Amino acid sequence: MFDTLTAKLDGTFKKLRSRGKLHPKQVDNALDDMRTALLEADVALEVADAFLGRVRTRALSEEVMKSLTPAQQVIKVVRDELQATLGGEHVRFVVPSARRAVVMMAGVQGSGKTTACAKLAFRLKKDGRRPVLVAADLERPAAVEQLFTLGREIGVPVVSEGRDPVKVAKAALKEADRKGYDVVIVDTAGRLHVDEEMMRQARRIRDVVKPDHVLMACDAMTGQDAVIQARAFLAEVETTGFILTKLDGDARGGAALSITAVTGKPVFFAGVGEKPADLEEFHPDRMAGRILGMGDVLSLIDKATDTLDADEAKASAEKMLQGAFTLEDFLGQLRQMRQLGPIQDLLKMLPGMPGGKSAFKDLADQVDENKLRQAEALILSMTPDERRNPGIISGSRRLRIARGAGSTTSDVNTLLKDFEGARKMMRTMMGGGKGFPGMFTMPPKAARGPKR
Amino acid sequence: MEIFVAILFVCLAVGIVFVRLSSVRKEAERLRDEPEVEISAPTIEAPAPEPRERLGTRVRTLLSRGGTEAWEALHDLLLKADVGPSAAARLVERVRARWSREADAESLLREEMVEILGPDSRLSLPDEGLGVILVVGVNGSGKTTTIGKLARRLAGEGRTVSIAGADTFRAAAGEQLEVWAVRAGAHIVSQERGADPGSVVFDAVKSAVARGSDVLIVDTAGRLHTKTPLMDELQKIGRVARKAGASVTETLLVLDATTGQNGIAQAKAFTEAVNVSGIVLTKLDGTAKGGVVLAVREELGVPVRLVGTGEGPDDIQPFRAEIFANRILAS
Repeated sequence: MFDTLTAKLDGTFKKLRSRGKLHPKQVDNALDDMRTALLEADVALEVADAFLGRVRTRALSEEVMKSLTPAQQVIKVVRDELQATLGGEHVRFVVPSARRAVVMMAGVQGSGKTTACAKLAFRLKKDGRRPVLVAADLERPAAVEQLFTLGREIGVPVVSEGRDPVKVAKAALKEADRKGYDVVIVDTAGRLHVDEEMMRQARRIRDVVKPDHVLMACDAMTGQDAVIQARAFLAEVETTGFILTKLDGDARGGAALSITAVTGKPVFFAGVGEKPADLEEFHPDRMAGRILGMGDVLSLIDKATDTLDADEAKASAEKMLQGAFTLEDFLGQLRQMRQLGPIQDLLKMLPGMPGGKSAFKDLADQVDENKLRQAEALILSMTPDERRNPGIISGSRRLRIARGAGSTTSDVNTLLKDFEGARKMMRTMMGGGKGFPGMFTMPPKAARGPKR
Repeated sequence: MEIFVAILFVCLAVGIVFVRLSSVRKEAERLRDEPEVEISAPTIEAPAPEPRERLGTRVRTLLSRGGTEAWEALHDLLLKADVGPSAAARLVERVRARWSREADAESLLREEMVEILGPDSRLSLPDEGLGVILVVGVNGSGKTTTIGKLARRLAGEGRTVSIAGADTFRAAAGEQLEVWAVRAGAHIVSQERGADPGSVVFDAVKSAVARGSDVLIVDTAGRLHTKTPLMDELQKIGRVARKAGASVTETLLVLDATTGQNGIAQAKAFTEAVNVSGIVLTKLDGTAKGGVVLAVREELGVPVRLVGTGEGPDDIQPFRAEIFANRILAS
């Protein structure tokens, strides 16, 4: 999702790295390149300039310039500052559990409020809470029906009684108390920050429901206007945090940097798809790493723990380290990985060298989903014996396998040759089971678990 | 071979992660059992908002003093309007090449922007037979609202309008469109949620032809331009319309004016998939200027046809390059 910014920063860093000693002029040139990259990623002008100013001061300090590896130090400074701009530490989204809590959703039209409300309710329900959704968007035609439909799909009740959003919200609180719902999520109409009357209405809803959180839904594709909107909503409804929506496209996500920087409020979640479960916690440190192409192995972990069986995954990794896996193992793995998401995306999450691009990015570009499907079909067309011991595959078996998969014997040959090649390559790389030095080492900070 | 290596690496990473994970999980459980703490967000001081002033005076003052500062100010102004760094640099270069002490930088910049945006164009609809307008765009850009307003406008010009509700994905999209159809006095064809959009369009074309409608506007589900299968679906809608005996005369891409440089990627992807003939720039009633359409016009040649300026039934106007340029200049 941050591909383009990553590519741009890559180029800049490569230029820096190729020099032993640094001249202040070179740092300035690099910063100029970086400014263009940040602006192309829709980082707000003021935020980009403030960020570059801080990087420049630190990069030109004696400590950095006189160090043995000045370029590396500059890159470290960039990473630190990027993370700080994204909000520093991850802030966990906490709603009080001792009493009935209220979350209010606000934002401009089309930012994804209604979808975000449903996703949040789904998440809270999964956490064992009893959420209720309130349809208080009485402006957009059929917005109430939309929320009712979404509520039915995720099994969360929806209420909307009355013709005035303030009254709807008030009535919903009473209903929640009567029926024992413990989190009330109020969806409000989209409103432009310049529409004074609508902003006053949002304020009135806020005053009535006294929310524990006011979340602003912000479209990840927003440009320079993001900071203007974020400031206006902060001033009027006292936003406590953001949900960054539509991050599953190719938006470069400058809005993420900008809104936190100008409001001091964290991004709690990112919307990454159209399904109710497609709401991820937002981690500034991971996102900073992602921008710089350091991979996002931590998000991969989150996905994996949600979907896969730990023991099975451990066992197959061990097999792999010993180079003892078969086509059958491969088929199993392929199917498991598919549950995690497109293989290309998974590869991009794996880390590369700090400041460099993910080591697996080129690989990701070469993976062709059609070829993957063909390989799967061919393996499925084999008998379990053939999968475990490809040596027994004779000419006639080849023909049968090819026919079963609707392809040719030469495809079967290529598959077997490639598989053997890959197996050999893995064995050489793993050095007979010692593992990749440092490749999957987690940063010590991250290993301490979720932050608050 | 790449695919094998790829899968193996991913499995390996996941496996190793799991091995290392037990300690992480214990810590996470410990944290979960701890009482909740108040959230204190990191505070980064927001810079004071800049005073609003007209570009003309500011740049003129700077220019009279001479130096590069003026051109940088001009460049930054364009950046704030989402014109984007490369298009902004090109624009400033063009103004700079023509500028002299006697010339007015503001007028030069306006002229250059109008020049890029090209002559104002109208929707092209056939004089006879059914004209089909396909409306596409990412989620939340304002497709349905645009269609409602457009239907009303075309009906007001004396045309009979039909609408096809081919957004069968989003909850209550059909109901939303129906409200607009009533407001516009248009005939609407839709099916239940989850139905095949192609079949909706087929029915809609048949029924529009049978009723003797002049225009059929097709609403489509919002889709991020990176999702290939959904983009393919749009092509299919065009094919189905042809099969049903009508051809798509206009394909309008609805672009949210608050969109930044991602607008270029959107326009590219949609243009590649369905040959976009024009852009509808929505939400221009806020503070966003929609400067990205300059880059879109330069790179892809797609003109802006209409602008959306609110949620009222009449808040849609033909695009005027001069007015658009003035909005950018007045910041």
